[in-house]
Amino acid sequence: MSEEAAERVRKMADAIYRAESRRVFATLVRLLGDFDLAEEALHDAFRAALEQWPRDGVPANPRAWLVSAGRFKAIDGIRRRARFDTIEDVAEQVDAVTDDAVPWDDEGIEDDRLRLVFTCCHPALSPDAQVALTLREVCGLTTEEIAQAFLSAAPTLAQRIVRAKAKIRDARIPYQVPTAAELPQRLDSVLRVVYLVFNEGYSASSGESLTRLDLSGEAIRLGRLLVELLPEPEAIGLLALMLLHESRREARTSPAGDLVLLDAQDRSRWSRDQIAEGSALVERALASRRFGPYTLQAAIAAVHAEAASADATDWGQIVGLYDALLRADPSPVVELNRAVAVAMHDGPAAGLALIDAILARGDLQDYRLAHAAQADLCRRLGKTAPARAAYERAIALTRQGPERRFLERRLAELPD
Amino acid sequence: MKFLCLICAERVMEQMPETDAERHFEEYSEFTEAIRQSGHFVACNRLVPPDAATTVRVRQGKVSTVDGPYAETKEQLGGYYIIEAQALDEAIQVASRIPGAQIGCVGVRPIAEDARTLRALRLIAPDSPR
Repeated sequence: MSEEAAERVRKMADAIYRAESRRVFATLVRLLGDFDLAEEALHDAFRAALEQWPRDGVPANPRAWLVSAGRFKAIDGIRRRARFDTIEDVAEQVDAVTDDAVPWDDEGIEDDRLRLVFTCCHPALSPDAQVALTLREVCGLTTEEIAQAFLSAAPTLAQRIVRAKAKIRDARIPYQVPTAAELPQRLDSVLRVVYLVFNEGYSASSGESLTRLDLSGEAIRLGRLLVELLPEPEAIGLLALMLLHESRREARTSPAGDLVLLDAQDRSRWSRDQIAEGSALVERALASRRFGPYTLQAAIAAVHAEAASADATDWGQIVGLYDALLRADPSPVVELNRAVAVAMHDGPAAGLALIDAILARGDLQDYRLAHAAQADLCRRLGKTAPARAAYERAIALTRQGPERRFLERRLAELPD
Repeated sequence: MKFLCLICAERVMEQMPETDAERHFEEYSEFTEAIRQSGHFVACNRLVPPDAATTVRVRQGKVSTVDGPYAETKEQLGGYYIIEAQALDEAIQVASRIPGAQIGCVGVRPIAEDARTLRALRLIAPDSPR
């Protein structure tokens, strides 16, 4: 093969690696029964591909070739380490790995990806570990990339991943898709991880940059994968919710990097494609009649997305959707959001009464957005002194740069 | 594989009103019978309240005995099940049906079954191959 042709094969191998490596990994975890062995086998398989494909050509089914190569490399590895183990241990390990009753047809491979998702998001792992492991193993991000995205130190993150893998092994967390009876609870755990990743990217909880594109993008990719593998209504609802939020990304920040609230956003900058896709997904999830909180939140986002302006928004419908959301998933934060919608529908006084009641009850005392919303409604009612006090409380609770600046600007604009 | 389910709650049978205790005993009878039928059951027992617990340590060859359970927490160990399950998910399913899970919590721990442990504990013959 000419140098040029070899280069072409290398490029193909690279593309195949990007497209297939996580699929191949998911299947290798099942065949080898161990995350670290599978990772090592995956790299060995690609190294072999880079040596052999330029010489022999790219196989007809590269995915099957890679799984097969990975498995044989793993067997080699076990045999090489054999001198440290007893004969029986080696025989057992090799038996486990060479069990030909375990198939790997394409359908099986899709199941393996779902197994990997459910294992990484297993509720027996801590939420932090679930997020880190999912980004590492399902999305294929490096430890450094994940650490940077979450503003934490790489060694801390690496250790979290190592511990999570040890827990999977030692606590006997199975590599399987949950049974129908377990599915609702287990799916919740997966959706929570995806939404956590999205939110971390969408509204970075601290730091200067308002949005971190990579994490939101990863979360949407994960959401798509989930809908493709397991089209449950709430998975569809979550993907819709993320797309509808994402559609406003451009309009959320001013050129100077400052926060722009929904009612002041330039709606021509919203992504129509994402809105269309998100709205269609909302319809699909609602039609199932088995929807839950994610679908309802997406439906609310869709009503906003479809309105030509803040004033033209159907606030009555939004209040109705919040009522349904409160029934499905009661929480003070949902109550707060409903109160803001009521303020838009029935005037600031009605909304303020609801927020005052939530805070008087002792809920959301440390939640910056509760104080910010209270401040905003007081300002609109001309109640300057309570507005000032509420802005000050909100600012004290806000770590994120652009959001802080927004609140400080509003505070400075209050009349004396 | 076997899992140990440790049942912890703030109140044990002896600290409950008689009617509650009676109902709780009945729930345990039903649950235990159910897992015998389903093949998950290996062993179980209830512990006498932790007032009767004694903690033993040996340091530099000296036995020290102190009153009370080894960890002072609000939740007390009240009993245990050893169950047979394929993996953690099945063990969680069984553990979630233990009546005590409704009022306290159940810790689920895999029981070590490696050859070294089994040999050391004479659960298999010391010279048995595997």
